[in-house]
Amino acid sequence: MEILMWLSKPENAKPLGLVIFFVTFIGIVIYAYGSKQRSERLESRGNIPFLDDEEDTKDKQ
Amino acid sequence: MAVTTYSGAEQYNFEVVKKFAVMSLVWAVVGMFVGVYIASELAWPFLNFDSPYISFGRFRPVHTTSVIFGFGGSALFATSYYVVQRTCQTRLISDGMASFTFWGWMAVIALADVSYMLGYTQSREYAEMEWPIDILIEVVWVTYLILFVGTIMRRKQPHIYVANWFYLAFILATALLHTFNNLAVPINLFSMKSYSLFSGVQDAMTQWWYGHNAVGFFLTAAFLGMMYYFVPKQAGRPIYSYRLSIVHFWALAFMYMWVGAHHLHWTALPDWTSSLAAAFSILLLMPSWGGMINGIMTLSGAWDKLRTDPIMRFMIVALSFYGMSTFEGPMMSLKEVNALSHYTDWTVGHVHSGALGWVAMITFGSLYHMIPKLWATKMYSRKLIEWHFWLATIGIVLYIVAMWISGITQGLMWRAFDEFGNLQYSFVETVAAMHPFYAMRAIGGMFFLTGMLTMAFNIFMTIRQGKRENAALEGKLASKLAHA
Repeated sequence: MEILMWLSKPENAKPLGLVIFFVTFIGIVIYAYGSKQRSERLESRGNIPFLDDEEDTKDKQ
Repeated sequence: MAVTTYSGAEQYNFEVVKKFAVMSLVWAVVGMFVGVYIASELAWPFLNFDSPYISFGRFRPVHTTSVIFGFGGSALFATSYYVVQRTCQTRLISDGMASFTFWGWMAVIALADVSYMLGYTQSREYAEMEWPIDILIEVVWVTYLILFVGTIMRRKQPHIYVANWFYLAFILATALLHTFNNLAVPINLFSMKSYSLFSGVQDAMTQWWYGHNAVGFFLTAAFLGMMYYFVPKQAGRPIYSYRLSIVHFWALAFMYMWVGAHHLHWTALPDWTSSLAAAFSILLLMPSWGGMINGIMTLSGAWDKLRTDPIMRFMIVALSFYGMSTFEGPMMSLKEVNALSHYTDWTVGHVHSGALGWVAMITFGSLYHMIPKLWATKMYSRKLIEWHFWLATIGIVLYIVAMWISGITQGLMWRAFDEFGNLQYSFVETVAAMHPFYAMRAIGGMFFLTGMLTMAFNIFMTIRQGKRENAALEGKLASKLAHA
């Protein structure tokens, strides 16, 4: 209950919100760009739309 | 099923995709025709013919509903079902549910359009449908959500491709927005009339929380899903940066929810609320442009396609309009700019630069890519696609330039004072000043509609051609088998 009362004050809730969202955003950026290995893995996901292309070619034949 | 047909037809449920794709074109023609008609009514009021059924007030939601939910919505159903199946390499979990979403959604649009013409409306912009139709939407939408999530859960591909994230965000957010914006109490069970659960400024805030997020999630996130699949496919190369698409997705999904109150600057809404919305609107520029750059740069190293491939041109011009309108939007959300632009035609021009330039153009490009594949053929006429492109582009430019001039003129005339401190212009003088631009807007709309009719004809001929080719190949195969 005390925590809720503390949160109900804008001077507490605003900076807390800022910290949570800022840290989350930085976390996502670090996830996306932080590791070279993960970066390579993530970039390879861009090929997913082409994975069933073989079928297109096969059908045309 | 014919052996010559695209083999995905057995693996995937493309029947529902085909139905939605065709109806998307039908609603586009209906909605854009009504749009041109109401634009003409404003320029040449005799077109009202003193009939309440086709008066601007009743016809306007017929236009917005038919184009946003009929054309845009059907295109989103079609492409989301197509993309989720192909990128998850699995069939939709239920053909029955897919079919229900099709017939249910068609009923929603038809009932909504008829009810508006009969005078039924709950007067909430882009959500004018009265309560029985709202309930039908809720049922269809929850079915859509279950179908989409169920298909993703059954995927053979371990990773969920980013286009599906955008589609899913759109489905979830629309469910949330539709539910809370339409909380209303009917006056009795057998009446179409209902009253909103909210009143006063809360009512306005709920309306614009819905209204702007309809733009953010229905008209942006979902069409970005379309972009993330069809631009790489048409360009024949993967998206420029998959990592950027991840940051783009989360930043966009987080920020859009906060911006609705920028529609209510200088009103009874607490000042900090609309300031917060303006701040988020400015921040939104970054993910929006990140997404635009990601899409456009996918063509990096293959820019010649812009010259040689009219479908690619539709997509890249769509992204350019997306960039332009997501710059214009944050600018208009600034209180000082809004003081001039709000309630004027500038807003109408801004909406159409997004709706025609971004939403419609990316949809045209995607449908031109997808429809020949569905019917295992090629587009009937490439020349007609070129014609469509230029008719649409000229139409948009005429439309938005007319609305810029008209809107800024209108805003400046409203706020002009004479030397005694009285308003310099009467309202009717501002209307007279806008008249030439209303005619110009209607003509711009006619260009766009003509382009749309060209597309409808081209697609009709493509489907007919696909069916004939398949029938011929089936015949050949049958005769071969008979002789074997």
